[in-house]
Amino acid sequence: MPPLLKLILIRLGLGVLTLFLVSLVVFLATQALPGDTARAILGKEAANKARYEALREQLGLNKSVPRQYIDWLGNVATGDLGNSLVQDEPVTELLGRRVANSAVLVIIAAALSIPLSLLFGSLSALKRDTKFDTSVSIGTLSLAALPEFVTGIGLILLFATAVFNWLPAVSRIDPDVPIINQLQLFVLPAITLTLAVAPYITRILRASMIEVLESEYVMMARLKGLPERLVLWRHALPNSLGPALQVTALNLAWLAGGVVVVEYLFGFPGIGQALVDAVANRDMPMVQAVCLIIAGVYVVANLAADIGTILVSPRLRTGLR
Amino acid sequence: MSEMKNPAHVTDSELVEPATVHADKRRSEFVETMLEAWRMGRTKIGIGIFAFIVGLAIFGPLFAPYTPTEFVAPPFTGPSSTAYLGTDYLGHDVLTRVLYGGRTVITLALAATVIGLALGVTLGLITGYARRWIDESIMRILDVVLAFPQIVLALLFVSIVGPKLWLIVLMVGISHAPRIARVSRAATLEVSQRDFVRAAEATGVSKLKILFYEILPNTTSPLLVEFGLRLTYSIGLIAALSFLGFGLQPPAADWGLMINENRIGITVQPWPVFMPVLLIGILTIGTNLIADGLGRALIGIERDTSGT
Repeated sequence: MPPLLKLILIRLGLGVLTLFLVSLVVFLATQALPGDTARAILGKEAANKARYEALREQLGLNKSVPRQYIDWLGNVATGDLGNSLVQDEPVTELLGRRVANSAVLVIIAAALSIPLSLLFGSLSALKRDTKFDTSVSIGTLSLAALPEFVTGIGLILLFATAVFNWLPAVSRIDPDVPIINQLQLFVLPAITLTLAVAPYITRILRASMIEVLESEYVMMARLKGLPERLVLWRHALPNSLGPALQVTALNLAWLAGGVVVVEYLFGFPGIGQALVDAVANRDMPMVQAVCLIIAGVYVVANLAADIGTILVSPRLRTGLR
Repeated sequence: MSEMKNPAHVTDSELVEPATVHADKRRSEFVETMLEAWRMGRTKIGIGIFAFIVGLAIFGPLFAPYTPTEFVAPPFTGPSSTAYLGTDYLGHDVLTRVLYGGRTVITLALAATVIGLALGVTLGLITGYARRWIDESIMRILDVVLAFPQIVLALLFVSIVGPKLWLIVLMVGISHAPRIARVSRAATLEVSQRDFVRAAEATGVSKLKILFYEILPNTTSPLLVEFGLRLTYSIGLIAALSFLGFGLQPPAADWGLMINENRIGITVQPWPVFMPVLLIGILTIGTNLIADGLGRALIGIERDTSGT
């Protein structure tokens, strides 16, 4: 087998293994912990023996744990995530619209933060240790430290309530109106996510750009007397595509988790808010579904970036490593 | 990234180092990192901010004009001479609650960071020194933990156990562990190649002693940077969980909870939201500045000793 194919297959296998283990963690955390789901749902009513037993039966809690897991995994694989315990409708139906909303939000945030972090990351690397670099460093350092809700509330106070009154503070998206007509509701959540993720990515990118610029092949190209433009475009850039892909993956992976707090803050009807509501209501099938989606996005994004990196970076492609 | 490092430069500098002076060298490297970090303006500002907020949280209650649950004026009253920052959604004094509300988030965040560090360092030492299948399988398991965004991992367990403080601290700590383990593992791998470890192995010192007396003390500098970084994230995560309503419960005075309770009144009375947000914000900036100063100092020292 060609070494490149082998490398890709190994990554793919590890990705599938991770996804499988993720499903196991989600299942064990929500169904098999000593705190019984049926008891958790019923609360004080668990004293009612008949109701308690009926619910256990309905949830399949009477079967052995491995049996429950296999049944559950089979259902998940066929797209059946069970019924919401609160609304008694299929989780997939309740989540469909929310997944779309969150996806649009994440895409807008990624579309803003990827070019921003690429731009600031590479400029700081090229202008290393100048005033520009230092101010980008301090700026990104401060923004990267701030929790999302701090940035978000800052933006709400600034643009929606206390200072200016330009944008809505709450993003109640109307499901009957096309998203394109209510884009103003996406502005503040998307900027919050961008301000949370872009600084972090900018810093990683700066570091990896500097590593490329200090590498032996760039030094070699410079020593050969190639013009700086050619050094950057022909020698440095192809090796930075790997980092750029990693950036995109990190972005998506980070945003998949970042939506939780931001959606709750803005009352944005996405999967993040669904998770917070489900946790508060102990709606286990909903919790399972959202955790699976978020962790799935994370694993797949990282896997895609890993394989993409293998394919685009000259060093790995030619099998030198 | 660190795994891609050329191993040659590590052994190069180690070859000239006599095996017996490792104790002195490690102390000086640790102290050197601290001193180098202290020379940087950002570290000083970070420490200043951190000291200020921690001081406020510890001594603030002594200066509080009221008790945190005392009714002072009608809910969401603006600032006045009776309540300098106005009142919250139940008519409590905002200034008092701000002065009381920092202790919990700082204590819980510190506890979560210590748990994460203890777990992560233990795993890092084991995987870095054991190698082979133990290393492989532990790292695979840690990858699974990494697949969950930190807040999602915490929420997953809160959903079944309920909003308990110990659980939140534990889950934030566990979610840090794989990230810290990676750093600790890389440092362990490097140190375990050094001559004094080889010498200890040759004289038959037990593995446990080698790990904790020979290797661990030589990995303290990168772990110190990790501590600062993870503390920053712990503060954010603990406050976020309180903000989502899964941390402290009313009537506790806590910055994260205050934001959640009072955000409905943000248009009439922004102070009970703005003050906690501001204080959490500058606290995290402060701890991150310290972490960055330490990190830069460490990189600078590594560069110098490896001769590049």
